[in-house]
Amino acid sequence: MSTAESRPAVPIVPEGWTPKAGSDPVLRAQHGLIGAQVSRLDGPLKVRGEARFAAEYVMEGMVYAALRYSTIARGRITTLDTSAAEAAPGVVLVMTHRTAPRMQPPPLFLTAPKAAGGSSLPVMQDDSIHWNGEPVAVVLAETQEQADHAVSLIEVAYESATPRTFEEARAHPRTPDSLVGQPVEVLVGDAEAALADAPHSVDLTYRTPRHSHNAIEPHAVTLGWEGEELVVHDASQGVKLHAWTLAQVFGIDEDQVHLTSPYVGGGFGGKTLWSHHVLGAAASKLAGRPVRVTLSREGVYRLVGGRTQTEQRVAIGAGDDGRFRALIHTGLSAMTPYNALAEQFTFPARHVYATETLKTDQQVVDMDMLANSFMRAPGESVGTFALESAIDELAVALDLDPIELRIRNEPDRDPSSGLPFSARHLSEAWRAGAERFGWERRVAPGTRREGEWLIGMGCATATYPYHRFPGGSARIRLDQTGHVTVEVPASDMGMGTSTTQTIVTAERLGLPLERVTVAYGDSSFPGSMLAGGSGQTASIGGAVIAAQRALVEQLLALAGGESPLAGLTADEVGGRDEGLCELADPSRWDSYAQILQRAGREELTVVAAASEPDEVQAYSMHSTGAIFCEVAVNAVTGETRVHRVLGAYDCGRIINPKTAASQFRGGIIMGIGLALMEETGFDERSGRIMNPSLAEYHVPVHMDVPRIDVMWTDIPDPYAPAGARGIGEIGITGVAA
Amino acid sequence: MPIIVNGREAPVPADARVSLLDFLREHLELHGTKKGCNQGACGACTVLVDGERILSCLALAVQYDGREVTTVEGLANDGALHPLQQAFIDHDGFQCGYCTPGQICSAVGMAHEAARGVPSHVTGDLTATEIALDHDELRERMSGNLCRCGAHNGIVDAIAQVYAEAGA
Repeated sequence: MSTAESRPAVPIVPEGWTPKAGSDPVLRAQHGLIGAQVSRLDGPLKVRGEARFAAEYVMEGMVYAALRYSTIARGRITTLDTSAAEAAPGVVLVMTHRTAPRMQPPPLFLTAPKAAGGSSLPVMQDDSIHWNGEPVAVVLAETQEQADHAVSLIEVAYESATPRTFEEARAHPRTPDSLVGQPVEVLVGDAEAALADAPHSVDLTYRTPRHSHNAIEPHAVTLGWEGEELVVHDASQGVKLHAWTLAQVFGIDEDQVHLTSPYVGGGFGGKTLWSHHVLGAAASKLAGRPVRVTLSREGVYRLVGGRTQTEQRVAIGAGDDGRFRALIHTGLSAMTPYNALAEQFTFPARHVYATETLKTDQQVVDMDMLANSFMRAPGESVGTFALESAIDELAVALDLDPIELRIRNEPDRDPSSGLPFSARHLSEAWRAGAERFGWERRVAPGTRREGEWLIGMGCATATYPYHRFPGGSARIRLDQTGHVTVEVPASDMGMGTSTTQTIVTAERLGLPLERVTVAYGDSSFPGSMLAGGSGQTASIGGAVIAAQRALVEQLLALAGGESPLAGLTADEVGGRDEGLCELADPSRWDSYAQILQRAGREELTVVAAASEPDEVQAYSMHSTGAIFCEVAVNAVTGETRVHRVLGAYDCGRIINPKTAASQFRGGIIMGIGLALMEETGFDERSGRIMNPSLAEYHVPVHMDVPRIDVMWTDIPDPYAPAGARGIGEIGITGVAA
Repeated sequence: MPIIVNGREAPVPADARVSLLDFLREHLELHGTKKGCNQGACGACTVLVDGERILSCLALAVQYDGREVTTVEGLANDGALHPLQQAFIDHDGFQCGYCTPGQICSAVGMAHEAARGVPSHVTGDLTATEIALDHDELRERMSGNLCRCGAHNGIVDAIAQVYAEAGA
């Protein structure tokens, strides 16, 4: 019995989205653009250093900000003397809770469709302190050097209360309202009883530390007020969300915030709305001048939440044949009362393996700390570490090959919701990957030795859900030369989105790549999009499908009786050779340019909204993959070196193999970091992050990264736009196990 | 004396606290050189001074009076991409592009060091006059340039194509 899943057990085929094979017209297009290796179109700008990031916009009369951070985790400010700072050379303004304008708290992520706040705490509105690192003052000065010096002259004293530790707080856990909108607990049968009765079982505890995104571009924003309008150059994973959220804070209309973010120097879930946006805009309002806030590396650690710590229990009971009779994944994570992300590490267990009984449940403990947040595959990253490690332990207990154990437990439908999978070819990925990796050469653990090094192989399942967020729209403008411009409020933090969408749009419309421009990263574009949840490609795809249909309908109406297309409907035509043709008889063709010219139109612009993402109501949709690695462990020092990694993925169709491979590799490398070196050091006594620098938080460097091989099934998902499920986050999953 | 940046003279800043990095970015508006950590840990700010790679965030601009600084903007020749810039595109040696200028400048300087026989931690023969940039040498020498998008394979392949064809 599924106590909490509200999804119907019998699939409902939604009206309008027609989830039949080939539902997205681009699935039948054969122009050869999808699947070809295309170098990213913004490459020349980036290698020349000409791509302009948020801290590189210059506004007339701009001043520089520096922030002072609290050094206690909980309590209140008792002394805040800003006189020396105000008297320092070049200082324009010192803002504290006493002088900051009254502002609404930023709407918290997931509480409204366009809410982007990482924390719902009010920003600098009173003397209370909620985390170690909370900003207590902002200095604006003519130069960054002057601001940095002046902020050091502020005298602050606190009345400090002892912050709650994980060990203390775990005595009083609470159940979160939901796990990113999904039920917290999922039960199928009595898993504890089945575990106790199973002939083979493992019951293990795993702990994972905090992690930080550490995008190489520190968070920055350059902004200014023009009357009541706020102009923002941001580093953002969701331009419409940031604009809307800032509008709520300042009590203005969302159209009064014009926010652009064409280039983002890495995101990984961290480039959302944090207090520097609010403080920058507030200080700019007070000073009457544009402001640039560039967080120092330490500042990023103080203001931008990362992945929280978890403690997880994974228990599996199996029969002699290895088939799961019980799968239990439960645990705790640290959180705050002011944020919405419990790190849903129990999600993979709900969807990945067939099991007779299932129990997943999570609780949280509230701590006095910076609000934790989304970091690449929140939940699935550390959740697959625990789940997949336990499965390996079970394979040892059963004396069974770990791949064979996984394939034996491959489900034929979603084990928690009972829904059919939209497409699932994980067993093919396992077999193809095992062959390519040379899995048959694997020997018993501890038996292959080269000098001091013990060398072994391992494997794990990777998994990440498909998302297509509601609210997407696209504007398409076709001009008389036959050039198409697509405008979507998307973000490209390096995933290759702009390149990929150029490819898909060209394929849809039957255009060469150079006839398509994809414009993005601008809040004035219609609709709403989020570069998160590995869902942006599908979200743009859904919007462009709708806009293309509107465009085709209008073109057919404009084409007139003399067109070879006369009398045809939008369903009967497709794009070919810079025009439209009848699908049944491609010789009936008319060019885009001719249609517009005959109609006397210089251009044609359409805006359309994507259909609701009903496909996820009807199907269980997940990207999956098989991870293989060869690792050497030094028998003397314990040092671990990764020799090679292969990821074999089943993510639907791969649109651009070149940029997709980089997305997979990037995820795998972050997974290597998660497994071997990454930890945000947190001092529980003071609630302070102790390694707020790239020197002390170790991310994988060149020498840590071996050659990483990636492959994919490339089987289109019939229910996803362009047949493509997400690829941005799955790479990190499974690697650590 | 002025600082010579990409062949052009620029007066040294009056404020002695200005780092070479901030001088390039804020005073000259040469934003190609990136600020990733401002404490010498990430390599995003790497530029070439008289042909040698340095971290411009750890350098004060006033120290570089009269010296020749080359930034990523100075690598392209009359608009044509430097071969390494093209190789980064061809091998997808970046995603977000933020560490890229530092990686490229660092690789140019690194190749000179190897050609001069400067050993690294993984060099076997410390007396060699010229060191072949095999996979380990190249990765070791580039490990001061962090990339968080995980473009390491592409970066190393791009550098190998330009500088280490024989040795890789």
